Amino acid sequence: MSTQPTVGKPVSRLEGKLKVTGAAKYAAEYDVPGLLHGYVVNSTITKGKIVRVDTGRAKAVNGVIEVITHQNRPKLAWFDLQYTDMDAPPGVVFKPLYDAEIKYNGQPVALVVATDFETARYAATLVSFEYEEEPFETCLDNNLEKARDAKKGFATILRPPPPKPTGDFEGAFKNAPVKVESEYWHGVEHHNPIELFATTTVYEGDGKLTIYDKTQGTINNQVFVANVFGLHFKDVRILAPFVGGAFGSGLRPQYQLFLCVMAALLLKRNVRVVLDRKQMFSFSHRPQSVQRTRFSTDENGKLTGLNHSAVSETSQFEDYTEQVVAWSHKLYPAPNTLFEYKLVPLDVHTPIDMRAPGGVTAMHAIECTMDQLAYKLNLDPLEFRLRNYAETDPSTQKPFTSKALRECYQKGAEKFGWQKRNPTPGSTIRRNKLVGYGMATGMWDAYQFPARMEAMITKEGKLVLNNAVTDIGTGTLTVMSQIAADELGLPLEDVTFNYGDSKKPFSMFQGGSSVTASTGVAIVVAAKTLKKKLFKKAAGIKNSPIAGASEEDVIFKDGNIYLRNDPTAYVSFKDIISLNNGRAIETTNMGAPDVLNLRKYSKAAHSATFVEVEVDKDLKIITVTRAVTAVAAGKIINPKTARSQILGSMVWGISKALHEETIMDEKLGKYINTNLGEYHIPVHADIHELDVIFADEKDTLINELGVKGVGEIGLVAVPAAIANAVYHATGTRITKLPIHFDELL
Amino acid sequence: MIGISLNVNQHQYHIQVSPWVSLLDALRDHLKLTGTKKGCDHGQCGACTVLCDDRRILSCLTLAVMKNGANITTIEGISGENELHPLQQSFIDHDAFQCGYCTPGQICSAVSLLKEGKAKTREEVKELMSGNLCRCGANMGIIDAIMEVKERGLYE
Repeated sequence: MSTQPTVGKPVSRLEGKLKVTGAAKYAAEYDVPGLLHGYVVNSTITKGKIVRVDTGRAKAVNGVIEVITHQNRPKLAWFDLQYTDMDAPPGVVFKPLYDAEIKYNGQPVALVVATDFETARYAATLVSFEYEEEPFETCLDNNLEKARDAKKGFATILRPPPPKPTGDFEGAFKNAPVKVESEYWHGVEHHNPIELFATTTVYEGDGKLTIYDKTQGTINNQVFVANVFGLHFKDVRILAPFVGGAFGSGLRPQYQLFLCVMAALLLKRNVRVVLDRKQMFSFSHRPQSVQRTRFSTDENGKLTGLNHSAVSETSQFEDYTEQVVAWSHKLYPAPNTLFEYKLVPLDVHTPIDMRAPGGVTAMHAIECTMDQLAYKLNLDPLEFRLRNYAETDPSTQKPFTSKALRECYQKGAEKFGWQKRNPTPGSTIRRNKLVGYGMATGMWDAYQFPARMEAMITKEGKLVLNNAVTDIGTGTLTVMSQIAADELGLPLEDVTFNYGDSKKPFSMFQGGSSVTASTGVAIVVAAKTLKKKLFKKAAGIKNSPIAGASEEDVIFKDGNIYLRNDPTAYVSFKDIISLNNGRAIETTNMGAPDVLNLRKYSKAAHSATFVEVEVDKDLKIITVTRAVTAVAAGKIINPKTARSQILGSMVWGISKALHEETIMDEKLGKYINTNLGEYHIPVHADIHELDVIFADEKDTLINELGVKGVGEIGLVAVPAAIANAVYHATGTRITKLPIHFDELL
Repeated sequence: MIGISLNVNQHQYHIQVSPWVSLLDALRDHLKLTGTKKGCDHGQCGACTVLCDDRRILSCLTLAVMKNGANITTIEGISGENELHPLQQSFIDHDAFQCGYCTPGQICSAVSLLKEGKAKTREEVKELMSGNLCRCGANMGIIDAIMEVKERGLYE
């Protein structure tokens, strides 16, 4: 038997069997004794004050244990800072049931706790509130004059303010021979994972809490709960072994966690709180944005000026920001640039990162503007981008650690058949359909955060790894196991990766396409130390077959340490542990980015998407019939799960371009399509031929694994490519997302 | 409270439920069969799909008391103890899920779809599976998985 490397192989998800048999347990599915069920009551007004609460009728219902409001809630932490979390934007965190103030429509105002779900839900309808309403503002378009700079804070590190201007943009734009000016708009979107947000809190009795929670960051929520409720960190354990999708909505502790823990502590009982689908629209969303671009070129199609400004909504209490306006200059060189980013505070909940935050917003404006310029220049859109291809990062003048975008363009165009495109809009007709081809470029950051990994070889000679990271459906369990197996030369079945548990060593929350680099590198570092330790033990054994050898002389394979040039001389892991009196050999190490060296480089993943749409000649219904996305994201650990990430992102791109949007009734200040019947996401019948290509991008600089992450890069280019294809099909440029067929009629 | 009996995955259960308890909540909260998922409680997402007397139904839109005496099959019961249904294996092979939350509903729906025999082409399969939403965007994998089982005739 000889173990083959698994990295680069399309390994099926290791938790697959649990998911297809229904055995995988999510946060609301833990059966604990004496469980109480909580149901949340939400504010029906948008802004104002609660002046009267009547919980009497609800409390009189048989089976209701307690109704918690701001009036009878237990004491909470005093200081705003104690409510913060690792992803909190500058400002003051929203505190559920804190006081009588209503800050947004749908704000949680009470929790009804009962012996069963139906009773809690019924009693929740009997809790009545009297409000004093105040005027509110929820419309971005009506409040653009209030746009202001974002406050700075801890979160600003990852979301820097716009870069300073370069050259003289206004002068260059005024005198440019070719220029385009346009405005882009997209509405609010909600993450809507199919699993409802849920928390099951187990009250352990000795001041300890075990909490099954829907989250992307077990330690983030552990720290939050401990701080808010004045508990010791070690007494709070957050478990999230299975998370039914999150897409950013689980980056911060959400209110069901807060309310569930509050009820458990108050009642000293086990409590579960599950939100309903409507309530999934009552916290955090992708902010609506208005963007303006002005791009200019010389006669040869070389960009001379880039101006991108964006105004996004935020709440009245926190300044949520995204990286929107800096992207064009990371992608295309231009001597004159001007970038502006402003916020309008509205009476809504604070937005939160939603898959490819900022990037997918920005790339819609940038790549549609590039498309308009290509038509003005009478250039093929792909050729126009190649003329402005940046070998080094134009915004910093630094080289990229790697950039195989050119290969993405070439391979994507070839697979798609881009050269068959007739450049004239509205010129291709198939049956009763106008056919359009569109393309766009994508770019996303390659983040890496520090992570700590515990690794050990057990007495069975197997590898066990422990880390707090979650797997929200990305394939983390599988990918981490593959990395670890190869590092130690073990077959996959001899590796156990324990995760989704705040008791395990630190990983950052699962966001920003950062986990494979962050947690993966920690595995590499821990594995190196573990190998050193194993080697030292093996070489020190009396009459060791590898005595006298140096570490370079041995290889780790199949649970043994072999002499490189004499495979008959080996020591097995099992023997090492047995001679260690059965004690596991273990290590805990920190993996971190090589900040000093990486400071000299720009680091990013790139993509190119090519799309074919059909637009019904009479009804103008738009169908994405084919799409190809080519991705350059460094090494691909698992082409099967990575492909699924890109395919999923492409579906998200189709959804953003043509389907999903949360609609606000501005008179009521409330979202009105808060269900999956009216909040449209693509169904199977909407999804046709999608293709994924991974460019061969070797990156020896970015991190020990050469990976960049694939959670978001597949999405960023898709909406723009679709909008460009719709223009090519119809000759009508729609700059608003989602594109509705009636705008083409 | 009303006493009802449900035959779920060939086990006979007798439970006391209020008349407004949905079949979905009866399965999850009373029988502790949490493989059937709640995604909307409104009949809009399909995550709660189960088989009732061999037809796919949305258990969230069905009151438990309406199914007194019925035969229910959930994801926990679509295959034998230690084996996978061909669709379950095909879902794994085609990476037809990511987070896995809509998966039991997708598979139950597909089991029934294949038995119904109405969908002949890939387009028809897509159409008749469109009541089951997948937010991770695993749509291609799901349809590929079903088509493979359908084309190879790996179902009763």
